[in-house]
Amino acid sequence: MSIAATLRRRAASISLIVGIFLFWEAACVIFNISDLVLPRPSQVFETLVRFAPGIWPHAYQTLYTTLVGFSLGVCIGLSLGVLIGSSRLAFDTAYPLLVGISSIPKVAVVPIFVLWFGAGTVPAILTAMIICIFPIVVNVATGIATVEPELEDVMKTLKASRTEILWNVGLPRAMPYFFASLKVSVTLAFVGSVVAETVASNRGVGNMMMIASSSFNVPLVFAGLMVLAFLGVSLYVLFSLIERRVAGWSMRKNDIAAG
Amino acid sequence: MTQPAPRLHAVADASPVAPDAPPARSPARAFIGFDEVTVTYGRGESATTALAPTTLAIEKGDFVALVGPSGCGKSTLLKLVAELLKPTSGNIFVAGREVGAEPIRIGMAYQNATLLPWLNIRDNVMLPLKIVPPFRARYRSARKGEFRDRVDALLEQVGLAGFAEKYPWQLSGGMMQRANLSRALIHEPNLLLLDEPFGALDQFTREELWGVMQDLWMATKTTVLLVTHDLRESAFLANRICVMSARPGRIIEDRHVPFAHPRSIDQTYDADFVGLTQHLRSLIMEARAETGSGIVVPQHAPEGA
Repeated sequence: MSIAATLRRRAASISLIVGIFLFWEAACVIFNISDLVLPRPSQVFETLVRFAPGIWPHAYQTLYTTLVGFSLGVCIGLSLGVLIGSSRLAFDTAYPLLVGISSIPKVAVVPIFVLWFGAGTVPAILTAMIICIFPIVVNVATGIATVEPELEDVMKTLKASRTEILWNVGLPRAMPYFFASLKVSVTLAFVGSVVAETVASNRGVGNMMMIASSSFNVPLVFAGLMVLAFLGVSLYVLFSLIERRVAGWSMRKNDIAAG
Repeated sequence: MTQPAPRLHAVADASPVAPDAPPARSPARAFIGFDEVTVTYGRGESATTALAPTTLAIEKGDFVALVGPSGCGKSTLLKLVAELLKPTSGNIFVAGREVGAEPIRIGMAYQNATLLPWLNIRDNVMLPLKIVPPFRARYRSARKGEFRDRVDALLEQVGLAGFAEKYPWQLSGGMMQRANLSRALIHEPNLLLLDEPFGALDQFTREELWGVMQDLWMATKTTVLLVTHDLRESAFLANRICVMSARPGRIIEDRHVPFAHPRSIDQTYDADFVGLTQHLRSLIMEARAETGSGIVVPQHAPEGA
């Protein structure tokens, strides 16, 4: 893609975001909306700057619980995905259970975690973890299970062991699927930790928003949303960059095929 | 039914083994031997016999082509040799022993090239060296030196010189098949199994690759078992052609191909070559008609006959 086209694409998406903020600001002024209902973006940013020293520890706490929960989720999800993807028996045995667990609304498990571990950091980490396992498992398992049968035959006639097939073929093949799920999971992990903070915690952006809304500091509530959006987008971008390095081969380049 | 050319009438007699075929050895002593091997899929009522009792002996250095109607069990036979499938009954001997006793080195290539998209052509071709003994022991140390030179030399032999650093998606179908063949041969297999490797290519690319394959076979003298639908291909490459019947498959003719190697593409339009392919064709047409699986096709007189 040419540089001009890339720039045009960037400019379009940036102007859409800016446009929405301008529209929001204008609508609040024109319809005279109270800032108790919907604060203007300028108010939100002003609050963000003014309360920055106060917001920072909460943002840090949320980022911390999300990342720890996410890392645990990735470890468990990857191992479960490899297991389920490489064994028909494991797939048939575990899949219904996984679907069952994933269909439980995650908010519902927070009280149980609080009951077991008390309010605070641990339930947030666990909620973030449990919410991001499922997409990873399904994607990794799909990547491994869809290795072409012909390729598997070729590997078997070379007397490759199951581990060798997994290591040389299955895992690299599952990488694009894995990264696609990471991008989904990391945003889901935020949902998990914020929900847990909202329900039972005395720290984190979710908790801060609860307190702010109970004292009708609506601009601060929206500032919390902005912080969450920023954190979520940053991690998404981070994983997109890693994906491009590790699984870039799966993105078709518009190079001309040779002869 | 198409009549075979007059000079080939001798092979169209009732005897399943053509008179000019080499004397058959007992399967147990051949390089690859099938002794009354059958394969049945499923059980009870729904069981289908894919392979009727088959006895076959392939000698070291043979280039055997398996031809026959679709679904006749050609690929089943190939999978049996590769130990990807177990026979329902009978014994298979490889290198004079029963399968499973002593591993031999096998190379395999399918119609689908299945190159790994995340590796360049050199690393794709090098994959067997990472897995197959005795190469695997030296893989780490020789990967950047000896093995690399070996892969590059083979790539040059198949006409892929300069493509080692390219990725599979940058190659055309014919080039991918060249790489696929190289991957099947890099570990110096003593048995090469090919399942319609040229099936998806256009005619000119295919003929080019026949030439490549012929050169490779003449250079390595490895034993080759080729499954194909293309009768010209079988007659061009093989020194022995086994014709299989419709399902349940059995070998209805085992023919020696008399033409000396190397053969040229022009030769495939010679009268005796065309006669041979026509004879094969009539056998397969009959086999198709027998089971009723064959669709009635109007019988055109083949060109040049």
